[in-house]
Amino acid sequence: MTIFAEPIDPETLARVEESDRRIAERLSSRTTLVDVIDWVKLAPWLYTIALFVIWELLVLGLGMSSTVLPSPLEVFASIIQYWGPIWKNSLQTLYTTTLGFMLAVVAGLLLGLFIGWSKTIYAGLYPLMIGFNAIPKVALVPILVIWFGIGTVPAVLTAFLISFFPIVVNVATGLATIEPETEDVLRALGAKKMDIMLKVGIPRSMPYFFGSLKIAITLAFVGSVVSETVASNYGLGNMMSSAQSQFNVPLVFAGLLMLAVEGIAMYALMAFLERRMTGWAHRSTMGQ
Amino acid sequence: MANLVSIQDVDMRYGGAQGTLAVSGLTLDVAKGEFAAVVGPSGCGKSTLMKLVTGLHIPQKGHVIVAEKQVTEPVSIVGMAFQNPTMLPWRTTLENILLPLEIVEKHRKRLRTHKKEYIEKAERLLEIVGLKGFGSKFPWQLSGGMQQRANLCRALIHEPELLMLDEPFGALDAFTREELWCVIRDLHAAQGVTIVLVTHDLREAVFLADKIFVMSSRPGRVLAEHQVPFARPRDINLTYENAFNDMVHKLHAEIANARVAA
Repeated sequence: MTIFAEPIDPETLARVEESDRRIAERLSSRTTLVDVIDWVKLAPWLYTIALFVIWELLVLGLGMSSTVLPSPLEVFASIIQYWGPIWKNSLQTLYTTTLGFMLAVVAGLLLGLFIGWSKTIYAGLYPLMIGFNAIPKVALVPILVIWFGIGTVPAVLTAFLISFFPIVVNVATGLATIEPETEDVLRALGAKKMDIMLKVGIPRSMPYFFGSLKIAITLAFVGSVVSETVASNYGLGNMMSSAQSQFNVPLVFAGLLMLAVEGIAMYALMAFLERRMTGWAHRSTMGQ
Repeated sequence: MANLVSIQDVDMRYGGAQGTLAVSGLTLDVAKGEFAAVVGPSGCGKSTLMKLVTGLHIPQKGHVIVAEKQVTEPVSIVGMAFQNPTMLPWRTTLENILLPLEIVEKHRKRLRTHKKEYIEKAERLLEIVGLKGFGSKFPWQLSGGMQQRANLCRALIHEPELLMLDEPFGALDAFTREELWCVIRDLHAAQGVTIVLVTHDLREAVFLADKIFVMSSRPGRVLAEHQVPFARPRDINLTYENAFNDMVHKLHAEIANARVAA
């Protein structure tokens, strides 16, 4: 090595060492700060805050009137101002959605098992289901109103009708895709159709079922709010449509925000259930 | 010795009268306690043979007789293992092995009251195949070779008189395969079970079997039947001896001819 041709005097050496130590200290203190914060966990909150900030700046920058696009602060103020009715109507919407969703879970699971049971039933009912699913559910609300009057019942039923299709399809798919070898091994032992369903089909379709719940719950909100908007005196849908007729746009946005919050909460609940019940199906992330 | 499996002049056609004829005029006998191997070119109806013997398919012509009874429905005295181990991922390895007991008529009523006895039996089997202590693991936590070992345990748990193996080691590497040959060899020696092994691997057939059936290409029938002369117990080093390789060569030539004839 010929970099230091002359011997370094002790004073310079001490100075260099001192500054090295200080840089190292600063670096290490910086890394600990970054390490302490779990950025992945924090990301959803940061991004949400960023969205509101951009929204606020956009409204301020373009000088928009609150009857066109209210700023987030106005929306929050509106939530506080109308908290009583917002809370009441949020609960009503949550109630109709959850009820319709639960009906859809029960009916969807049963119908899915029924359809997956036999190829004939599957072939016969599948086109009917597709056709039914293609009908916009908002078109059914007037019929439901004729049958049941306005209010809670049509909202529950619309939520039910819109959310049960994905559950049926997923459960039936889970049953229909049993490996033929597994079936052969069991049938050679004398297993009846019922045995194969109970031991293999149903456990196997559970990941599909729990996966479909996440889709179904968000659709259920769409169903109940559509019905409330068209034919009800309660619920967030009704609240937003009456606020709109009074040009109370911040309240409309407050309703939307509440819907988003309820939707996220229910989705998280379903995702939690999915992980809890069918952990074996998520083995790639669980591996030892 | 009485025949455990007897197939007499069987035709099996898939998909109605115009469908493909998978096997035609198939005749073969396997004695009780014997280890038989079935080899042949691909598409010779080896898997059909499996399904005929287990009663998953009923032939249009001829007789399939297992344990002195004509097969008209699935026979529960059979254990099966395929190339794909088909373990159920939501059950632990031990629970997977106990699965046949929940199905077979004879055991399903006793299972709840005699659970402990059955678990001990499953753990003994696990020990024999070299999986001691892995019962509580899920199958997807095991390697391919370990899953196939567990698969063998599952095929044997209900003490079948007949074990049907459909290329059980096809997907494994050469070392694991030879290890499992020895496992099967020892199981056959210890349990006195009759085994029918369907395979593409001629060395596997010669090393394991007492009797080898060579099948023709589709429609499949038995072209030749060979007794394997090597004395038991056989050591894995046998596979490097000349007599062994001569036999493998002979079988290879026969199958090559069968392919040309097709």
